[in-house]
Amino acid sequence: MWIYEKKLQYPVRVSKCDPHMAKLLIEQYGGADGELAAALRYLNQRYTIPDKVIGLLTDIGTEEFAHLEMIATMIYKLTKDATPDQLKAAGLGDYYVNHDSALYYQNAAGVPWTAAYIQAKGDPIADLYEDIAAEEKARATYQWLIDLTDDVDLQDGLKFLREREIIHSMRFREAVEILKCEREAQKIF
Amino acid sequence: MTIQLDENYYRMLTDLQAADFVLVELTLYLDTHPTDRAALQQFNDFSMKRQKLAYEFQLAYGPLTQFGQSGPPQNSWRWAQDPWPWQV
Repeated sequence: MWIYEKKLQYPVRVSKCDPHMAKLLIEQYGGADGELAAALRYLNQRYTIPDKVIGLLTDIGTEEFAHLEMIATMIYKLTKDATPDQLKAAGLGDYYVNHDSALYYQNAAGVPWTAAYIQAKGDPIADLYEDIAAEEKARATYQWLIDLTDDVDLQDGLKFLREREIIHSMRFREAVEILKCEREAQKIF
Repeated sequence: MTIQLDENYYRMLTDLQAADFVLVELTLYLDTHPTDRAALQQFNDFSMKRQKLAYEFQLAYGPLTQFGQSGPPQNSWRWAQDPWPWQV
């Protein structure tokens, strides 16, 4: 069961209509290292991961949906006042002809989201190492997005998300150590 | 009736977001450090603080959660009314 809360995790503000930035940001909506992939990856791994880290996967997976909503809000706000001509000029002509201004799970190059972006190996260490890598890739992507805009309001929201990737990576690294300790303990008995 | 997004709305929302951020951060930390008593105490303190902030916000601006999870009793169905989070 999930309960929706009618508020964003962190305020999202943009200072201008900027469909070109929205086109780039969609990488974190429906891209390989984006928030949808993250949420689905972690929540799906829970069923076969050792009990000690199920809570962490549940909580980080849930937080990723809050991040997905923040990215959606950024894209929505950056494009809501754009005319078809402005969308076309921003390279979103082929997007507009398919989706109007609706959000769609695709990456910045227009490739639709696919389950091939996530793995489920069933091996706890392999799965957690994938999660750490995913967080580091998402952190790098946020940094490059921050570099690509001069909108300080948008940068503020992106910096919050970048910091969250760092924390998630740290927690996943700790989860690996917890499982290693557990494995060692089992050897003694 | 559309909810008036006055200065107070943003102030109360920001206060709640700040308290909830502490709780998210402590939740993840406690998931991997479950025996840290100081962190647990801080979690309990902020949980109380959060409940108070959420109650006051919802009294003024309507429910934050559905399925009967919201605090104050409701005289009218305000859940499905805008604004939604991406509209503010």
